[in-house]
Amino acid sequence: MIELILQNPLIAALVALVGLALVFGAVLGFAAIKFRIEGDPIVQQIDELLPQTQCGQCGYPGCRPYAQAIANGDAINKCPPGGQSTINALATLLGVEAPSLDAEHGEENDVKTVAYIREDECIGCTKCIQACPVDAILGAAKMMHTVIASECTGCDLCVEPCPVDCIDMIPVPQGLSDWTWDMPPPAEEQIKAQRHPAEIIATDRGDKAA
Amino acid sequence: MALLKITSPHAHTAQSTASVMRLVLLATTPGLIALTLFFGWGSLINILLAGSVAVLCEAAVMRLRKRPVMFYLGDNSALVTAVLLGLALPPLAPWWVVVVGTSFAILIAKHLYGGLGYNPFNPAMVGYVVLLISFPVQMTAWPAPLPLYAEGVSPPGFLASLQIVLGLPGAGTVDAFTAATPLDTLRQNSGLLIAQLYEQDPLFNLARWAGAGWEWVNLGFLLGGCFLLYRRVFTWHGPVAMLASLSLCAALFYDGGSSASHGSPLMHLLSGGTMLGAFFILTDPVSSATSNRGRLIFGALIGALIFIIRSWGSYPDAVAFAVLLMNFAAPLIDNYTLPRTYGHKKSRRATEKKE
Amino acid sequence: MRKVWDLIGGVHPPENKHQSVQLPIDVLPLPEKLVIPLNQHIGAPAKLLVANGDRVLKGQELAEPSGLVSVGVHAPTSGTISDISEYPIPHPSGMAARCITLIPDGKEQWIDHVGIDATYSFQDYSPAKLLEMIRHAGIAGLGGAGFPSAVKLSPRKTITTLIINGSECEPYITADDMLMRERAEAIVEGIQILSYILGGPEEVLIGIEDNKPEAHAALEPFVRDTHIQLVSFPTRYPSGGEKQLIQILTGREVPSGGLPADIGIVCQNVGTAFAVQKAIHFGEPLISRITTVTGRACSTNRNYEVLIGTPITHLLAHNGFDENNCSRLIMGGPMMGFTLTDLDIPVIKTTNCILAASWEEAPTPPPAQPCIRCGMCAEACPASLLPQQLFWYAQSHNHERLEAHNLFDCIECGACSYVCPSNIPLVQYYRASKGEIRKQAQEKIKSDRARARFEFQKARKEQEEMAKAAKREARKQAAEQAKTLSAGRGNKPQKNADMVKTAMARAAEHQASPAEQQARLERGIVRAESHLHTVEKRLETIRKEGTEQQQEQALAAVEDARRRLEDARSKRAQLNNTAGTSDTDKVMERLQASPRDTLEKKIASCKERIAVTRQKIVDSDDETLKAALTSGLEKQQAKLADAQQALAALPDNTPDTPVNQETTDAAANAIARAQARAAATRDLPAEEQLRQTVVALEGRIEKAKAKLDEARAGESEYVNALQAGLEKLQNKLLDAQQQLNTVTTQPSTVDDDTGDAASSAIARAQARVAELASMSEEDKLRETVASLKSRLEKARIKLREAEAERSEHVDSLRTAVEKLQVRLTEAEQQLAEYHP
Repeated sequence: MIELILQNPLIAALVALVGLALVFGAVLGFAAIKFRIEGDPIVQQIDELLPQTQCGQCGYPGCRPYAQAIANGDAINKCPPGGQSTINALATLLGVEAPSLDAEHGEENDVKTVAYIREDECIGCTKCIQACPVDAILGAAKMMHTVIASECTGCDLCVEPCPVDCIDMIPVPQGLSDWTWDMPPPAEEQIKAQRHPAEIIATDRGDKAA
Repeated sequence: MALLKITSPHAHTAQSTASVMRLVLLATTPGLIALTLFFGWGSLINILLAGSVAVLCEAAVMRLRKRPVMFYLGDNSALVTAVLLGLALPPLAPWWVVVVGTSFAILIAKHLYGGLGYNPFNPAMVGYVVLLISFPVQMTAWPAPLPLYAEGVSPPGFLASLQIVLGLPGAGTVDAFTAATPLDTLRQNSGLLIAQLYEQDPLFNLARWAGAGWEWVNLGFLLGGCFLLYRRVFTWHGPVAMLASLSLCAALFYDGGSSASHGSPLMHLLSGGTMLGAFFILTDPVSSATSNRGRLIFGALIGALIFIIRSWGSYPDAVAFAVLLMNFAAPLIDNYTLPRTYGHKKSRRATEKKE
Repeated sequence: MRKVWDLIGGVHPPENKHQSVQLPIDVLPLPEKLVIPLNQHIGAPAKLLVANGDRVLKGQELAEPSGLVSVGVHAPTSGTISDISEYPIPHPSGMAARCITLIPDGKEQWIDHVGIDATYSFQDYSPAKLLEMIRHAGIAGLGGAGFPSAVKLSPRKTITTLIINGSECEPYITADDMLMRERAEAIVEGIQILSYILGGPEEVLIGIEDNKPEAHAALEPFVRDTHIQLVSFPTRYPSGGEKQLIQILTGREVPSGGLPADIGIVCQNVGTAFAVQKAIHFGEPLISRITTVTGRACSTNRNYEVLIGTPITHLLAHNGFDENNCSRLIMGGPMMGFTLTDLDIPVIKTTNCILAASWEEAPTPPPAQPCIRCGMCAEACPASLLPQQLFWYAQSHNHERLEAHNLFDCIECGACSYVCPSNIPLVQYYRASKGEIRKQAQEKIKSDRARARFEFQKARKEQEEMAKAAKREARKQAAEQAKTLSAGRGNKPQKNADMVKTAMARAAEHQASPAEQQARLERGIVRAESHLHTVEKRLETIRKEGTEQQQEQALAAVEDARRRLEDARSKRAQLNNTAGTSDTDKVMERLQASPRDTLEKKIASCKERIAVTRQKIVDSDDETLKAALTSGLEKQQAKLADAQQALAALPDNTPDTPVNQETTDAAANAIARAQARAAATRDLPAEEQLRQTVVALEGRIEKAKAKLDEARAGESEYVNALQAGLEKLQNKLLDAQQQLNTVTTQPSTVDDDTGDAASSAIARAQARVAELASMSEEDKLRETVASLKSRLEKARIKLREAEAERSEHVDSLRTAVEKLQVRLTEAEQQLAEYHP
């Protein structure tokens, strides 16, 4: 047997290769079990980054389904509530170039909104309650409804079903506690502003005079 | 009244980028004077030529990028790149060498990467390396230092130099004035002890420490560097680390001055582009390491690389290659050399996730 | 000399302190008004104690702390509260917040206040008592952030070092310097009180920069024989930052994210020490502070003892303020202060300086040049950060890297921006990035909650779906059963069988399993028993002391309860007997039973009931009850007679099936009728519905009236009850009629009071919903278009009217019209699309 192998280089090579394949396969298999990483599945990670408004503007019935779709290769720029920052975060996570928001699905709104029910107009039809994806509307049939503002994600899914149009999306007022500095404007704008200083001073002085 | 909302601080030092760059330009003068004294008008012509090309290129790029031209020209950074390249190029190099090098430095090495502050490599050195690889003949034709000229022969005057640079008919060629540099000489030395070499070669026996003319040029740059250190334009970490590591390497391989020796530390410190590199090239903040600890490592590795390439590489001088190679490594160095922040037990890594 | 450590980094901006130390601290005349913000410090805003129009005395508490980390505010002088509303407050945002406006009366009339008695010293009081006094004096840190002092003075850890911050490292500001020069003795006493409250720390240090030799000399004699040490250290900004001062004086570092108390250190400003002394010694709350007014746009530069709430205009007016020479007005120093955009902003507890900078002092910042990573910022950073890297990552919004580079250890001192040769507003980048990161963290929390709620809802809906599916399954099975049953009786017409089937299915749907029924009945019995028990008890007590009438009522109640219990018991017995025969079967049984059987059964049950009633009459010893029972007995007997008669009239040989058929048919017809009526009602517009209701009610009232008359004639005891019922019905009728009126008159009475409008809106919407429910998709669209058109028309008319009257609602009406138009076009488009 051994002699046959030794004399026959073809068989020797074959045996060697198969042997190597077995050894490495065993090592790899062992490593796969031993060093298995219990990481978050990618869908979970994508879902973490989505804003959870559950608004469906992406065309999927909620954030999780969209996360699933992204994991299956859908575009990452379909989420207007998340806006560019979410797209950037997704791009970083998935290691792709960050595209700009797909206008087809809506525009990014800088101002956060919450739903507000004009309560004296509410007829208590519960349609908005059924539409709310996060159970943020309180009420019962024939009773006035109201929005729990702190739980409202501003998805405006409740606006459409209202038969008496008594739901408004109102911007969340900014208070002292959540005020922050803005990023400085780019240098180019500053230069432009300095090149036409007359305009600025004129307007400022004008304000004072007015 | 126009009460503007402006972020603090409301006070500011008088220092500006333009003034920092001006200081750097000013600090090159001792070196430039030494170069002109020992090697003729060539370097000055280089600088003037490179400077104007650089400014033109910069302006053109700014126009193309639709940025305010004068504002960006005002930072003098293009001029600094041009001057450093001009100082590094051999005096009396043909005009097109200077033009190609400078425009490559500004257009490719600087602006293709995003302009000032975004270039990962030192633009002047990129230009230099491109020239060295593309035009080795022109780039190794160094004129002889003044002390080496025979009695009665004088180096070309300003106009003659200009004619040579512009390649005008009737002007002589640079070859008439070239001579080997100390580092060349040392490389080609195979049989002589260092002491013998110093005795026999006029390049060394006419010099005080390292190589006729070259030692003064390097001392000039050292002086300029010290001035910048004094004015706190950069910290001591990079230059000192580089010089120390170069000296250390040279000392280790001095081999008692045998024929296989790679030269004494002093000779390495005062030859070629050592001082120019130490104080003007590797201190380029954009492409070097960020933290002080990082700069120590950055400088030390450059010093070692210079010695390695000089001794065992195929190029006699190595500042440009060493700096560019370490430019590659700067982000990596930065990652591991974050300073320890106040209130933290130890420093973190730049890529570290939440604590 | 005590060893001092070196400050890392730091810068030497021009000091500019000499201008404002030439003159002593002055007091300004009372301003015309004082505006006192309710929130002048870190923590929750104070809770208002006064109302508009109140007269208050100097030192009176206007608002009290609300919560632990909060500080009250006090009236800086006597006067009248003229306004409590939103005004711009000193804040970098320039935003407004709630402020109390006080009009001084010039009397400076103090409220009663007592400090520690002159004969006692503060050591005679417990630290807790002193802390309470400090808390009530409204003292917040006067150095910068304004952290409530009482909170800072009650740390959870043992304090080994008390540091008094007299560093005042910011250029221009000399408030602390002048305070130390002029009120050294009081400051030292304040420090001793602080030290006592903190349980006597091993070291008490006063840190002063070496550019204030006068302050040092002024304090020196008072600290000579105490445990307080004066420490002088080289002048360098920002040595006065709490963390930096701790490092300079002790060589230790406050851990990142921690407090000085974590390493046994408490740091207080000299101004705070002075305020504490005033509060403890004299009982005076914090109503004024020393503020530097400086800058070249003011001709006089000096320090004032300013009442909290004094408008800045008042301060500037006394200092020769030149508006045109002022490039920016800064509250605080030039390194960390913020610009003011309104001159009416008041001085608050943390206002140490008003800097009216001239154009020379603070020229408009030049545009930022690119960062060349020169590293000067890193050299200047006192926290050993890499500002150039932070800037790089802030620009690219790379929050992960920013946090890895310890962005949150940045104290925003501004040293990096100060030295930056490219004029980059680094601090603003850091502040904006910090804000972004904080906001994102909050949003993360919110989105996590939204996710949890969404997922919960999803799970709930799935469950509901499953329950529905199970029901459907049950219905299907019941239908199958019915099918087999009807197949067994094949001679029945298919239609009726179907009717029965659906009826059965419905019954099955409502039907609970026998076990459940049993359980329900058991519960009912228990309830009835306990009810009976309580009623009996009540009867007992009433028997003892109640009136006759009450007794009767109670007796009736007991009887009622007993009856109910019996009912429940008998039901249970029935269930146990017929366990297994379901309601459906009963329906079928009844439907399929012959009239004879039915009548016989009826007779039997009547007889049974009569027997029971007779027994009851015998048992009863109450007269009225007996009478009632007797009348019931008579009725039952009459019924029995009726039934017997009917049975007799029934032909003996009637074949079973046809009759049976008839009955089943009748039942089916009844069901069909009811359904049709329901459908009709649903389809009817609200008006019609109401009209029907009214008619029905009228009929019922008619009947009730007849019954009442009958009862009156027969002198029945039910007269009262009947009367009440009639009244109720009449009320209902009135309601319905009113509703009907509003509905019919609706179009012309749109502008009626809101109650009517609301109810009519409800009615209309309901009507619309009902209509829509019975419409096809296309009809719906058409309907929408029509209604929109009419609404648009109405809105237009209104708008025209409003315009004619120049009403203030014109704008809103106009937008409404526009909105309607948009919706109309949308609807029309939809309709058009629907057509093909």
